[in-house]
Amino acid sequence: MSFFNEKSIIETINMIKVHNLDIRTVTLSLSLRDCCSENVKDVGGKIYNKIIKYAKNLYKYASEIEDEYSIPIINKRIAVTPISIIGESCKEYDYIYLAKVLDEVAKEVNVNFIGGFSALVEKGCTKGDLALIESIPEALKQTSRVCSSINLASTKAGINMDAIKKMGEIIKETANLTADEDGIGAAKLVCFCNVPGDNPFMAGAFHGYGERECALNIGVSGPGVVRAAVENLPKNADFGELANKIKQIAFKITSTGELAGRRIAEKMGIPFGIIDLSLAPTPAIGDSVAGIFQAMGLEHAGAHGTTAALAMLNDAVKKGGIMASSYVGGLSGAFIPVSEDAGMIEAAQKGVLTFDKLEAMTCVCSVGLDMIAIPGDTPASTISGMIADEMAIGMINKKTTAVRVIPVPNKSVGERAIYGGLLGEAPIIPINKLSSEVFINRGGRIPAPIHSLNN
Amino acid sequence: MDENKIIVTISGKDGIGIVAEIATVLAKYGVNIEDIRQTIMQGCFMMFLLGDISKSKYTFKEIKESLTQSGTKLGMEIWIQKKEIFDKMHTI
Repeated sequence: MSFFNEKSIIETINMIKVHNLDIRTVTLSLSLRDCCSENVKDVGGKIYNKIIKYAKNLYKYASEIEDEYSIPIINKRIAVTPISIIGESCKEYDYIYLAKVLDEVAKEVNVNFIGGFSALVEKGCTKGDLALIESIPEALKQTSRVCSSINLASTKAGINMDAIKKMGEIIKETANLTADEDGIGAAKLVCFCNVPGDNPFMAGAFHGYGERECALNIGVSGPGVVRAAVENLPKNADFGELANKIKQIAFKITSTGELAGRRIAEKMGIPFGIIDLSLAPTPAIGDSVAGIFQAMGLEHAGAHGTTAALAMLNDAVKKGGIMASSYVGGLSGAFIPVSEDAGMIEAAQKGVLTFDKLEAMTCVCSVGLDMIAIPGDTPASTISGMIADEMAIGMINKKTTAVRVIPVPNKSVGERAIYGGLLGEAPIIPINKLSSEVFINRGGRIPAPIHSLNN
Repeated sequence: MDENKIIVTISGKDGIGIVAEIATVLAKYGVNIEDIRQTIMQGCFMMFLLGDISKSKYTFKEIKESLTQSGTKLGMEIWIQKKEIFDKMHTI
């Protein structure tokens, strides 16, 4: 005989039904290091067979767990070893072909994104890294489910400015090649500093170097649940009380994700990896990180105080979540993707949330400049400048930062970029028009920072 | 935690035969009722039921499908979940 508590049941059902609690992603993280060969067709064949072998039941088992707990599992995904390494074993590089193999196998096993069309080049590029980077625009044009990420900087290595210059151009070209869909290719391409190797969220997921053969990583979400909890507190509740409430909610969200993750991993017969306890917004009404700021008492995201609100939120989420799981990893914190968050979209549309404020917020959020639509005529060197700034924030503050901006082809400030689904839509926001060209053209590497004299 | 325990939550307009309908389905599917509670909340009838499916020869999925059909027939909202989710979420 066991017992139950009606209040807990109602609370759980409300979290799911009214406040959009969900498990955002179950991501199979898989090493492809044994898929190397001198012949690229052999590599493609090995990759295809290995992914089928490990992922063929991912969708089915995740759906079964979804049904058992009545909690939506929104995305089923795969993250693989950075393909630059695997493709480098070939006598003749053909990274576009490998991207197409990944796309095909993703469709076969019914996952909506596959991450790992990636290279880690914070200190410099190998021949394979460079070939992969150069193939990104065409690879993302010819595929629909492949996601690409490039690590350009780290606290230990500094910032690879040659690669940053290159990525400014690659992002523009990727957007231009997918101009008929408002540059959606660039929405699947992200530049990182201090990238984690166990992140289950796209577009930045890949299977890191120090990881085991395979693992199941989980990304949980629930900004709507946090917003509702904060709204229910009295307006004069102080920050101690606020932080405590957020921690309690983060605990509940994370423990649910951990349960689902372990059960799916068990069914698949693979180890459970980590849980990424991120507040990832969706365009659904109420499921918004910007909505949490408003519930805290700011008129809108972008008001003075937003950075402080985000810092507190990010920290409280981590503190609450860490109690609920043995292994927390990935990006863990609060995401601020503009196009995927109804409140952020509204604030950007009204002009109260600016590019500069977003950059300031990235100093304390879990990732960085995310899903920001900028004018299509933005020079590549200006995009490189944005990346360099963001990498510098990550490098100096020893945190993960990232850039996913979309220069929307043939559109300018005031117009909208529309992607649909989880990627949402975004107003194109103004950016600084000053030139960064000479600065970016210098090239080389910004040296790693000193780790004393912290001021 | 026991993955054979399920919680059935029903809510909607009060009426005759709600408990009977659900209990009939559970009996048919070999689910033992361990606890059952009902209440009126903000004018809405609510029933919570703890069941054990370990003796059932049907799968969770089959039991859930049948109960969902009953919910639709009664015009009530019905949730069928493994109890683990509540234990995990609300216990440190």
